Amino acid sequence: MFVSFWNKLSINQKLAITAWLFLAVPIVFYVCIRFYPTFEAFYVSTLKWNLLGAKKYIGLRNYEKIFADEDFWLVLLNTFKYAGLGVPISLFIAFCVAYFLNEITRWHDFIRALYFIPFLTTAVAMAWVWKWFYQPLPIGYFNFFLNYLGIAQQPFLKSVTQGLYAIMAPAVWAGLGFQVVIFIAGIRAIPRSYYEAAEIDGAGRWQILREITLPSLKPTVIFLTVVSTIGFLRIFDQVYSMTTNGDGGPLNTTKPIVLMIYEFAFDEFKIGRASALTVILFVILLVISMFQLWLMRKKP
Amino acid sequence: MTDYASRIAYLERIKPTKIIIWTLLFLGGIVMVTPLAFMISTSFKTGADVFSLGIIPKNPTLENYIYIWTESQFSRWMLNSLWVATFSTASVVFFDSLVGYTLAKFTFRGQTIVFIAILSTLMIPTEMLIIPWYMMSREFGWIDTYWGIAFPGLMTGFGTFLMRQFFMGLPDELIEAARIDGWSEFAIWSRIAMPLVVPALSALAIFHFLGNWTAFIWPLIVTNSPELYTIPVGLASFNGEFQTDWEIVMTASCLATLPTLLVFLVLQKFIIRGVMLAGLKG
Repeated sequence: MFVSFWNKLSINQKLAITAWLFLAVPIVFYVCIRFYPTFEAFYVSTLKWNLLGAKKYIGLRNYEKIFADEDFWLVLLNTFKYAGLGVPISLFIAFCVAYFLNEITRWHDFIRALYFIPFLTTAVAMAWVWKWFYQPLPIGYFNFFLNYLGIAQQPFLKSVTQGLYAIMAPAVWAGLGFQVVIFIAGIRAIPRSYYEAAEIDGAGRWQILREITLPSLKPTVIFLTVVSTIGFLRIFDQVYSMTTNGDGGPLNTTKPIVLMIYEFAFDEFKIGRASALTVILFVILLVISMFQLWLMRKKP
Repeated sequence: MTDYASRIAYLERIKPTKIIIWTLLFLGGIVMVTPLAFMISTSFKTGADVFSLGIIPKNPTLENYIYIWTESQFSRWMLNSLWVATFSTASVVFFDSLVGYTLAKFTFRGQTIVFIAILSTLMIPTEMLIIPWYMMSREFGWIDTYWGIAFPGLMTGFGTFLMRQFFMGLPDELIEAARIDGWSEFAIWSRIAMPLVVPALSALAIFHFLGNWTAFIWPLIVTNSPELYTIPVGLASFNGEFQTDWEIVMTASCLATLPTLLVFLVLQKFIIRGVMLAGLKG
């Protein structure tokens, strides 16, 4: 019966059925593991719930509590500091490295590899290495170096003013290689004829950089800015592993939004409030992605 | 004589600015790998030697490695990481390319909706799904299981999008010809289309594997017993326990990092090309 039914179908109908067969398992996956949890996150954000007891619907009270919480604003500021400083610093360094690396031929691959290798490391493992570098004398390398130069020891991770930057540094370090490689790809994609025309016109190196290389790299810059902004706004691994007991200290001065979500949900079991905070993070990231689409579309 | 002249000409062409640029880039590169160099060197130092800050260990020893291997569950964590990352990568390579192919090479009603729906999952941050996933894992008893660690990453919107881009580049005539020859659709995908996108597939596999190997927050949440820890979670658990034994912690960090570095050294060109590929198409 099945065979006769199948044989009656047109070729296009057969292909459509095959397509849906191929998609069957993935659709179940995306519905159960992506879409349903997304709606559940919104739903749970309206509950007062400690994971074990009864769920109580409280409307937008979780959001009100978050916005009334001073710590939230500090954490939000920290998160934007990671992104607001980390992104321009790393993009600037990555562009300089890529720009000059593109011009050299001797040991090109080897030097590029040196910059790329940190990208392949595990953030938690490298957090240990950097934490060790930041230690006071006699074991901390940075303080050893400062001491050698005759500068006073610095507290780094133990300081409310330096802690955030001390954690940002390994994040910038680890992400640099990726950005360098993408920049090189972008620079190589610029047609040679642009440069040749500029050289014929007698343009200098600086002028070529400003009027040809940088404008042509606009899509690359937008892509990298958005990808690394989202990356820095979601920073967690480094902070959790470099601060004492993973608490985003000292005094919450290094705590980013994801760590606050983690603490609400898995230390304090305020599941509703943690979900509300994830929704806030979602909105922030969505605005940034929309901004990227808008920037890309403005280009003719 | 002419040889000498051409060498002079060659040397004259190397401008001093070029030499300065090269030197600065080279030194910058050395600075980039310094943390790794110190990590590796310290893993061969004795506890007392850690305080002498030189890069060459005075009395190189393998004791730290033996200690990690026998006194901690590190070997178990490594197997956990390896198993979860392999399973997850196999699933992503299979399903992302199957879905990508279906969306690129079939025409059927609802195709656009499926594509946009999958693409839209790229907008949802993992952090938002973690709490529902955790609730789900408690419900179904997935806490402290390999399945629990792996299930959120078995398919990815990014991989599907990437593979669709590559499959769209294949000529339709190839598929039509195979259909006329009586090949099944599954065979056309697996035996004709797949071999043609191997570069993209391997880039996807490498990235997914690396992402899984270094993934932290979800394994941290879904595992409670140390037997199920992945490497990053195990490393983070050293916080407190081995607080001051830097040589032990550096050895563990080394063991976590070296596998990916070795893979990179072998497949360097390939991996860099993969990054460019994924970055440009994605």
